[in-house]
Amino acid sequence: MASGYKYIEAIEKRAGLLGICIAVMVSIGGLAEITPLFMKAHSQEAPAGVKPYDALRLAGRDIYVREGCYLCHSQMIRAQRFEVQRYGEHSVASESVYDRPHQWGSKRTGPDLARIGGKYSDEWQRMHLLAPRTLVPESNMPNYPWLENAGIDGGDIQARMRVLRRLGDPYTDADIADAATAVQGKTELDAIVAYLQGLGTLNVDTSAPPAAGTPAASGQP
Amino acid sequence: MPNTETYNDDVVRLFLLAAAVWGIIGMSIGVYAGAELAWPALNFDVSWLSFSHLRPSHTFGVIFAFGGSALMGTCYYVVQRTGHTRLALGKLATFTFWGWQLACVLAMVTVPLGMTQSKEYAEPEWFVDIIIAVVWVSFGTVFFATLARRRIQHIYVANWYYAAFIIAVGLLHIVNNLALPVSLTKSYPIYSGVVDAMVQWWYGHNAVAFFLTAGFLGMMYYFVPRQAQQPLWSYRFSIVNFWALISVYMWAGAHHLMFTALPDWVQSVGMAFSLVLLMPSWGSAANGLMTFQGSWRKLKTDPAVKFMVIALVFYAASTFEGSMMAIKSVNSLSHYTDWTVAHVHSGSIGWVAMITIGSLYAMAPRALGQPAMYSHRGMEVHFWLHMIGLLLYVISMWLAGVTEGMMWRATGADGSLTYSFLDSLIAIKPLYAVRALGGVLVVSGMVVMAWNLWHTAADARAHLIKPIPVPIPEPVMHQTPAPLPAYP
Repeated sequence: MASGYKYIEAIEKRAGLLGICIAVMVSIGGLAEITPLFMKAHSQEAPAGVKPYDALRLAGRDIYVREGCYLCHSQMIRAQRFEVQRYGEHSVASESVYDRPHQWGSKRTGPDLARIGGKYSDEWQRMHLLAPRTLVPESNMPNYPWLENAGIDGGDIQARMRVLRRLGDPYTDADIADAATAVQGKTELDAIVAYLQGLGTLNVDTSAPPAAGTPAASGQP
Repeated sequence: MPNTETYNDDVVRLFLLAAAVWGIIGMSIGVYAGAELAWPALNFDVSWLSFSHLRPSHTFGVIFAFGGSALMGTCYYVVQRTGHTRLALGKLATFTFWGWQLACVLAMVTVPLGMTQSKEYAEPEWFVDIIIAVVWVSFGTVFFATLARRRIQHIYVANWYYAAFIIAVGLLHIVNNLALPVSLTKSYPIYSGVVDAMVQWWYGHNAVAFFLTAGFLGMMYYFVPRQAQQPLWSYRFSIVNFWALISVYMWAGAHHLMFTALPDWVQSVGMAFSLVLLMPSWGSAANGLMTFQGSWRKLKTDPAVKFMVIALVFYAASTFEGSMMAIKSVNSLSHYTDWTVAHVHSGSIGWVAMITIGSLYAMAPRALGQPAMYSHRGMEVHFWLHMIGLLLYVISMWLAGVTEGMMWRATGADGSLTYSFLDSLIAIKPLYAVRALGGVLVVSGMVVMAWNLWHTAADARAHLIKPIPVPIPEPVMHQTPAPLPAYP
């Protein structure tokens, strides 16, 4: 013991060595856990059914991020029987490959939204976002009335798609060129409803015929 | 003239003031956001006043503005005292103060306005992140430059923790916030999906580990022996705990992602390391508590000691709770519920805030040239307001969390779910009101502290206090390093 202490003593008398030892010790855990995921993510292709968000849904997703929805709603159905019963099939990694950043969340003051798409009508979603307590009197969700009249800037969405393409999302030139017209005349409310209605529906196995009545608002499966 | 070097307490006093102010602001935002969950009409249909906009401002305000100011201030105080040297790079130290305040104001204003990355505890957008990074590197430079010119050969353990806090938080902040800007107010992270989730919770968990634990343990290791007026119970034990804590913590982030789409092996590794983590956590708590061995009577006479002892008890309790919540079967009940909120607040109001308040009450009179705080009674009142508020908060959220967890998983004889989601919200709503009341009491205590500090600082405000000379053992001519000019 006494002889071992001299090594510690060597460190505690040298600030530089102490700093280096700390940097090494704190780096190991993160490297061990994150590096394999990173390598796997780069070798793994997105499954056939999962496409990057179209212009309107991308706009809606960024509004979801801006409004901080993740602070009360998760988008991650855990592999637990009671979760699957309540919310649907458990979430898998390939579903969120285009989510920058992920919206898995950590707290459910409201229910999970990973598979909310198509469960309610567009009109219900609109009313609920503007004034939740008109539909669910006991709800404690805030009203989001400012979404109704705010427009979406097509040029801004194109700039966002270009940045996402640089990060690796497979947007084509045509996707980006069409984006401005796709969001023209749409409000933020339209965009976020389109986003919500797409949640959990984009990753359906494309080899199976789409279920009847699935809302395909923007023409995607 | 026997001695020309004095301690630089100007910057310490600035951080002390900032901590008192940010404490009130950050916690008040939390009370308001918490009250909105009980009474949702409180957002008055104003976007920046909504829960979802205010909550990141609350977390940033208490962790980085209040906690950060307290940590940087005490760090500057401790590194000078334990090294018998004046703070190096005085102007850069002053810059770290103003730079940090700028970053805090910007973060807490821009996030409610919708400029957010939506990464928990790292919400501010890229332009704020760059300011934070610059200030942080400057802070580290001042700290290590001061260590380099210390006159005491052995680096005291408090500085080890501060060093780990500075290095790890810098690393976490930069790696987690790597993003490609679209415009001034919007960027996309370079990570997506599962990688982003892992990086985020590696950051999120270790922000707790290194900001809210290692940093505050540095505070504890200096101010607890100082206030107990006894040496640390075991110096060697503190070293063992130090290396164990900083290396094990970094593995445990995955316990935030149990049963998710994160690969199973990472979840299991996260759980295993979270359980191991209990040992260094309890080791540090025990070391702090045992230091009071023989001076327990101070609990009756010194409110700062009261805050410190309860802080250490809550540190032990919440680290035990954290390890238990990382067990997969417990996590399956607790995750996504208010139990997490209870856990975080028993750690933050119980451990972090109480060790900070205790340390501030210990440091403030010395830094402000007074024999004691202005009002002893004020400290007593603060203690009880804080304690009752803490218990109301934590117990109500524990009850809420377990209620939610049980109701979400309850199934009838036929295997169908017993309750709708809404049933669970209705069941816990009264507890949200109790939580808000607890928060009000804690904030009231902070106001009492600010009032007390204001009066204790009367001489400082009138510029009547003299800088404290650095005790230098050798004759002046042989000093290494040579004394810095007192006021450059």
